[in-house]
Amino acid sequence: MQNLIAFPVIILTVILQSAVVSRVTLLSGFGDLPMVMLAAWALQEEVDSAWHWAIATGMLVGFISGLPGAVYVAGYVLVVALAKVLRRRVWQAPLLAMFSVTFAGTLVLNGLSLAVLRITGVPLTFQDAFGLLTLPGALLNLLLAIPVYAVMHDLARWAYPSLEAK
Amino acid sequence: MRNQLSRTIQTTIIFLVVGGVIALALGGYFGGVSNFFTDSMVNIQFWFSSRFTALQDFFTAPRDITTLRQQNAELQNEVAELQAQVIQLQQQVGETQILAALVDFSRARPENTYKAAAVIGRDPSPFLHYVIINRGSNDGILRGMPVVTNQGLVGRVDAVIADAARVQLITDPASMVNVRLQNAEEEGALVGSVTGDVILQMIPQDANVEPGDLVLTSGLGGSYPPDLIVGQVVNVRSRDFDLFQQATVQPVVDFNRLQIVLVIVNFKPVDISPLLP
Repeated sequence: MQNLIAFPVIILTVILQSAVVSRVTLLSGFGDLPMVMLAAWALQEEVDSAWHWAIATGMLVGFISGLPGAVYVAGYVLVVALAKVLRRRVWQAPLLAMFSVTFAGTLVLNGLSLAVLRITGVPLTFQDAFGLLTLPGALLNLLLAIPVYAVMHDLARWAYPSLEAK
Repeated sequence: MRNQLSRTIQTTIIFLVVGGVIALALGGYFGGVSNFFTDSMVNIQFWFSSRFTALQDFFTAPRDITTLRQQNAELQNEVAELQAQVIQLQQQVGETQILAALVDFSRARPENTYKAAAVIGRDPSPFLHYVIINRGSNDGILRGMPVVTNQGLVGRVDAVIADAARVQLITDPASMVNVRLQNAEEEGALVGSVTGDVILQMIPQDANVEPGDLVLTSGLGGSYPPDLIVGQVVNVRSRDFDLFQQATVQPVVDFNRLQIVLVIVNFKPVDISPLLP
């Protein structure tokens, strides 16, 4: 039953991304709330549904965006995989893991987007993409990371009460 | 009987005398004695009065503060409500002004049929410059329809669902608009970029392009109707070894503040892709 919470959370996150976060720009970049949310969710202990969350979020964001949906599905699955790996290795410092996944996830998603757009013939330069989109976006994502991690941590404790018992 | 009459007369006389003395004393007819008397009375009264006032304050002040606090809270709530109303009304005034400008624009171009739509979101990817509008196929919106504001060209509809549509802005890196320069009567292609700047390309080397020249859609290719204002030339880059000149264009539309747009619903874009080699 706790998996049902995924749908309102994902929908709300994507709406916030499209309506609010996309309008708060630094240079030409902006934050990626769904990616940060997925990273925070995947880093929670006993959360085993992060893969499903990643696919559902990727499909929904891909539906809204002009980019092919596969870019987001693949990107978010990679972010979750990264979070799972880091959770095992730096489990004693969850915030450090959160920052690491957020930064690496931004690079992965922007790299995938750039590659797909270049393949489809959109004239983009790596320098512009990195300097004007990726780095500012990474900074904004890192700013989002702390509050989003706190919210997802509380959500995980609510959805999986066994965490609190520990 | 006689004793009682005598006591009554004595009492009356005593009252009259004492009353007369007090009246004369209060009237200041006894000089220093009178002043001493009145001062003492006033001081005693002041002492009692001040103590009573202090006690009264002690017992009644907390109740007044509570009342004042309650009134203050109520007034603050009222102020907050009024401020919210003011903000709401200001927003409505802003929207009304935008709509009035759009109505003027549509009246000035009666050949087009417009459908107004609100911008409700932006593309989640920073690589793309798209906006989401709250009109879709239920409102007669189709893919490829041009989108404008009263200022000029915004872009065109890229994807449609029942109640929403995605609009590709002319600032999108994948966007290309065929345009002409009003003064030079030369044509070119306007392309977007990742930073939101729009560049005018494919201007012949012999064309006389000046900063300030107005850029309009040419209608070539059938994607946009002709003569929609796009922007103004800001600067021109002309190098001898290039085949074409290039110019930076300042769009007339402020894409960061897009709120309401108009979709030209009677324009049928021409799909020339089968004709391309």
